[in-house]
Amino acid sequence: MKKTVFLGALAATGLMAGAAAAQTLEDVQSRGTLNCGVTTGLVGFAAPNANGEWEGFDVALCRAVAAAVLGDPTAVEFVPTTGKTRFTALASGEIDMLARNTTWTFSRDNDLKFEFTGINYYDGQGFMVPKGLGVTSAKDLDGATVCVQTGTTTELNLADFFRKNNISYEPVPIETNAEAQQQYLAGACDAYTTDASGLAATRATFEAPADHVILPEIISKEPLGPLVRHGDNEWGDIVRWTLNALIAAEELGVSSANVSDMASAAGDSPEINRLLGTEGNLGEMIGLESDWAVQAISAGGNYGELFEKNIGENTPIGLARGLNAQWTEGGLLYSPPFR
Amino acid sequence: MSDTHAESVAYVRETFVGEQPPPAQETGALIWLRKNLFSNWFYSILTLLALYVIYVLLSGFLPWLLGGVWEASSIRECREIAGEGAAGGCFAVLSERWNQLLFGFSYPSEAYWRPTLALVLLAVAAAPVLFPKVPRALLIVTLIYPFAAYYLIWGGTILIAVMALLGVIVGYIVYSRLVDRGFALGFFAGVAAAIIVWQIGGFITAAAPNVLALTEIQSRDMGGFMLNLILGVVCVSLSLPIGIVLALGRQSSLPIIKWICVVFIEFIRGVPLITLLFVANVVLAYFLPPGTNFDLILRVIIMITMFASAYIAEVIRGGLAALPRGQYEGAESLGLDYAQSMRLIILPQALKISIPGIVNVAVGLFKDTTLVSIISMFDLVGMIRGPILASQDWNGVYWELYGFAAFLFFIVCYGISQYSQWLERQLATDHR
Repeated sequence: MKKTVFLGALAATGLMAGAAAAQTLEDVQSRGTLNCGVTTGLVGFAAPNANGEWEGFDVALCRAVAAAVLGDPTAVEFVPTTGKTRFTALASGEIDMLARNTTWTFSRDNDLKFEFTGINYYDGQGFMVPKGLGVTSAKDLDGATVCVQTGTTTELNLADFFRKNNISYEPVPIETNAEAQQQYLAGACDAYTTDASGLAATRATFEAPADHVILPEIISKEPLGPLVRHGDNEWGDIVRWTLNALIAAEELGVSSANVSDMASAAGDSPEINRLLGTEGNLGEMIGLESDWAVQAISAGGNYGELFEKNIGENTPIGLARGLNAQWTEGGLLYSPPFR
Repeated sequence: MSDTHAESVAYVRETFVGEQPPPAQETGALIWLRKNLFSNWFYSILTLLALYVIYVLLSGFLPWLLGGVWEASSIRECREIAGEGAAGGCFAVLSERWNQLLFGFSYPSEAYWRPTLALVLLAVAAAPVLFPKVPRALLIVTLIYPFAAYYLIWGGTILIAVMALLGVIVGYIVYSRLVDRGFALGFFAGVAAAIIVWQIGGFITAAAPNVLALTEIQSRDMGGFMLNLILGVVCVSLSLPIGIVLALGRQSSLPIIKWICVVFIEFIRGVPLITLLFVANVVLAYFLPPGTNFDLILRVIIMITMFASAYIAEVIRGGLAALPRGQYEGAESLGLDYAQSMRLIILPQALKISIPGIVNVAVGLFKDTTLVSIISMFDLVGMIRGPILASQDWNGVYWELYGFAAFLFFIVCYGISQYSQWLERQLATDHR
């Protein structure tokens, strides 16, 4: 019997790529769960807790989409993927969306045939140094030894940065983040460089985090966002606008605490009314219930709440909003209007 | 002695002196030390050096192990409890994540008894195979065990396991009835009968899905050390018979069989295991229609088994080649056919020679099961690398977790190695 399935599968392979693409929403609704690809574990972004429930900033986005589509933030099947398996998992249809802090790049968008549906975290490569070194800017690092993971874009960015500023450095190649922590703490290098969120998470594990500073320079652009397959624009729109709804909700002051009040009747602000479905028919346009955004926001809160809960300043990771603040507060978050 | 001299000797001892203890300087711990550790100045220096190294290692390791913190909810709390500059390790991560390390993070906690029971039964089922003195009646348990273990670990209705077992039994009965008329006829008739029973069984289980059903647990929910054990035990026990068949096939005089075996072995041995695992996980997903649930663990088991059986085949081929030609000719001259000569003369000797090699492959294979963490399965190492080190509470606890994993693997691998040495002594019939 297995054999028949396999042969049938072989025959269907050719058709599959086209057929699977166009109807993700129907598939998700008839299945009753959203298959969401996440990382196998990244501090603050996705990891199962002691009870086996997934938590984190990327996980929260999966839950918001599930809430918008199915009305139930727990109706998510989390499919853990590694850096090597994530794209095939999405391309083969094993997962409906990928929220695995994946950098939006030209080749991934075009060559790999994916569609990035927005940016949920603006990351970038930074430097961490011991406070005792007295360095306040990455440009003071002339002649420093720098721990850097080999074979990554991090390494290339580092070389570019130092060459551009015409200063010298000595790379200390390391393999993993764990190794980097040991080397850095043992004093094998003066500075450690990787994504700023990773630096913050690493610093949080030190015995004396306050003795280390993350320098203000960010030397690369790493916009992280959720992505879906090419060819199903309806589904892409749902993921895109769920993220936008969370961002807009923060801007408009809608939070998980007051969303049910605000959604119970139309209020004074027309944009909030349209977002929450008490006015207009935005839900119908996107193919969902009129309270889709209410569900998404109730799932875990608006963007700011998710940020604070998972990676914000009151968590051990302690990331500042920085670029990820609303545009009204000097950040880059800017949701198109709900109109 | 002549009488002439009898008077000339002042004293003649007429009895033996009783055995005397050696002089105090030549006995006890002291002389042992002198002989073995301080026999000359060079060895003395080496001894002192070695003692110093042991002291340095233990003075670092023991405070870390004995002064460890076992009750805390995060690495920060650990450090608070241990105090400033304390050397103790943060073992609280092991107590808090104990079940996750052993069973993975999504195996339902109320079902932990099931894999545990399966492990206990494994000891019972393996005993008659491993130790010749255990009563032969226990072989019944060994026969039933794979089906019982499947039922316990994956759950579902008991009918699945019963029907699978029934198929094997019916197949065997058909085989033993027809084997007199030729091995091939018996073999293929047996396989056909088993498949028919399984097909019918499929309809029966579909009609009655709730007979003695345990909660069904998906493969993707398996994890932790349990997953390493499942993969290790299943793949080793499957790859041994397949490896024997491949080794014999490679020596066969029938060109087609020979070349199939050669190509299979050489191809699999020429490809890294991690590549095969990627094929199992990633490439197959392209060939299966979305929604097809071709079990991931099953795919991985197939790949690891293929890999291990190619290696075991080569080890056994070494054993076969080591036998003197006379053994083969002797078997033929007795009038034994191929199957009989292999079963009675050749394989018992060849397998005995191959034991160290087979054990080597088995130990290596068991450790290789941790590679599945790279294709996002949460075995013991996957659990540590992924969920546990990525939690905000435990990020930064490396030595304790990896040390624990090394300890578990060491226990199992050392046990396998000790068993194989015992077995070699049991089977040592030659006079070397």
